[in-house]
Amino acid sequence: MRAVRTVAVNVFRESVRDRVPYNLVLFAVLLISSSYLLGQLTAGQDVKIIKDLGLAATAVFGLFISIFIGIGLVSKEVERRSIYALLTKPVSRAQFIAGKYAGLVLTLAVNVGVMTIALYAVLAYMVWTEPPTIRAGWDAPGIDPALLKAIFLIFIELMLVTALAIFFSTFSSPILSAALTFGFVIAGHFNADLKNFDKVVSSRAAAMLARGVYHVLPDLSAFDVKTEVVHGLPVTAGYLASTAAYGLAYVAGLLLIATFVFSRRDFK
Amino acid sequence: MKRSTRDLVLLGGAAVAFAAAIALQLIRDRRFPRDTHQVEQILYVRSGSALQRMTLSFDALAADVYWIRAIQHYGGDRLSGPQAQTKYQLLYPLLDLTTTLDPYFNIAYRFGAIFLSEAYPGGPGRPDESVALLKKAMVAMPQKWQYPHDIGFVYYWRFRDYNSAALWFQRAAEKPNAPLWLKPLAASMLARGEDRAAARFLWQQIAQSEEPWLRRTAERSILQLQAMDQIDQLNAVVKRFPPAAGELYSWPDLLRRHVLRLLPYDPTGTPYEIDPSSGQVRVAAQSPLFPMPQEPRRLQ
Repeated sequence: MRAVRTVAVNVFRESVRDRVPYNLVLFAVLLISSSYLLGQLTAGQDVKIIKDLGLAATAVFGLFISIFIGIGLVSKEVERRSIYALLTKPVSRAQFIAGKYAGLVLTLAVNVGVMTIALYAVLAYMVWTEPPTIRAGWDAPGIDPALLKAIFLIFIELMLVTALAIFFSTFSSPILSAALTFGFVIAGHFNADLKNFDKVVSSRAAAMLARGVYHVLPDLSAFDVKTEVVHGLPVTAGYLASTAAYGLAYVAGLLLIATFVFSRRDFK
Repeated sequence: MKRSTRDLVLLGGAAVAFAAAIALQLIRDRRFPRDTHQVEQILYVRSGSALQRMTLSFDALAADVYWIRAIQHYGGDRLSGPQAQTKYQLLYPLLDLTTTLDPYFNIAYRFGAIFLSEAYPGGPGRPDESVALLKKAMVAMPQKWQYPHDIGFVYYWRFRDYNSAALWFQRAAEKPNAPLWLKPLAASMLARGEDRAAARFLWQQIAQSEEPWLRRTAERSILQLQAMDQIDQLNAVVKRFPPAAGELYSWPDLLRRHVLRLLPYDPTGTPYEIDPSSGQVRVAAQSPLFPMPQEPRRLQ
């Protein structure tokens, strides 16, 4: 456990050295400037749009961090040949993968946490400046704790994407890993269509195959409850728990395969 | 060269280069002005479901972009002067895309209901598109009474179809949390559809909306109704006191004969116009109330 923690803390420090937290400044500037501009452009929908923008930016920035840092976590060590020195230490390959993953998840957690605080701060300012008659017309309160439900599922989705990126980086080059991870992310968002494929094809075999692919690919559209949360529609605790559990199980599966692949790699 | 001097030279050089770029841009814009009004407005993707797929999980944000575009399109066309061929042609597709990407975008439906049905030049004069958008809203949010109410309003105010309006108000009254005044409204619509008081009552309900633009539209419509009452009174006076044979109708003539004590003004403070040959009183083209809506026709 100590070895995992050491690797994780090093990944976090390296991401700080790589100026990853700069994206937080960009996020804050984006939200603050938008909150001013949107008031002039959106016919009273500025709070809704700031919520949409804040949640989408959290997801996009997190996605880029997950993919572009995730794909380099293992391959960079191999390219720099620092893996040789690392493996001579009392760190197993499983601990190495787990540590790398935990470090990036920690980076993402800090990012998502700061972005959430920034989003709530901007919303609090907007609520403060709007008269009660305008606030009465909003679908959901300005400072709505339900936003945390969407942010929670975004974070689980990012954990899954990070696991995908690490998995691909254990056996392929960074460019190929990025392409594969992006491909899986896009396919994962279309995945729900495969579930109902039997309604558009007559072939039973094709429908079964589609159903199989539906279960194999990550079902990323399930993590998207942004629209519901912004409009104040109910997202039950049961849905959140079952989707999070699905995500964590998928992450566990990916990390176990990544460890399996990585432990079979010969670095001699 | 010392490091600090070198840095200063580099930063100073960059500042000079950027300043030169801005100056050149200003000169170019002044000497070769680009006509932005001639740029054709294009909607590259018209399929909402295709867009929904392209935007992955960012469909709500894409809906916001299309909403902003719809507002800009409407506002731009409204202020752009007479261009009857192209005015508001993208308003319905933009609102349709917005509401496909975010089916719970309540205000986009209500905006469409009001402004798609508004007659030219205030809107495209397409109440059919208003109704289509509102029916789409009813599929997404069947429990809301506001959408059948808005459909009823479009049937009443734009189609002048009182039976359909009453039917939709009745449907709205059956929804959960519907206000109590909807049922009597449906009944009175059938009995006295032509009544200006019904229109005034409906606009007063809309004027209580939380949306400032919806309130402004309702307030303007209430002023238009007030102007209609005044025009009726003025027409009656003008008819009772026609000009001498061979003379034309005019306000100075009516003032000279002491038929009127003052020049008549509409509720926004703009003088009314009088048609010299027929004597018909109307709202002036420069009045904020122009163009006046067509009034519901009397029941046959």
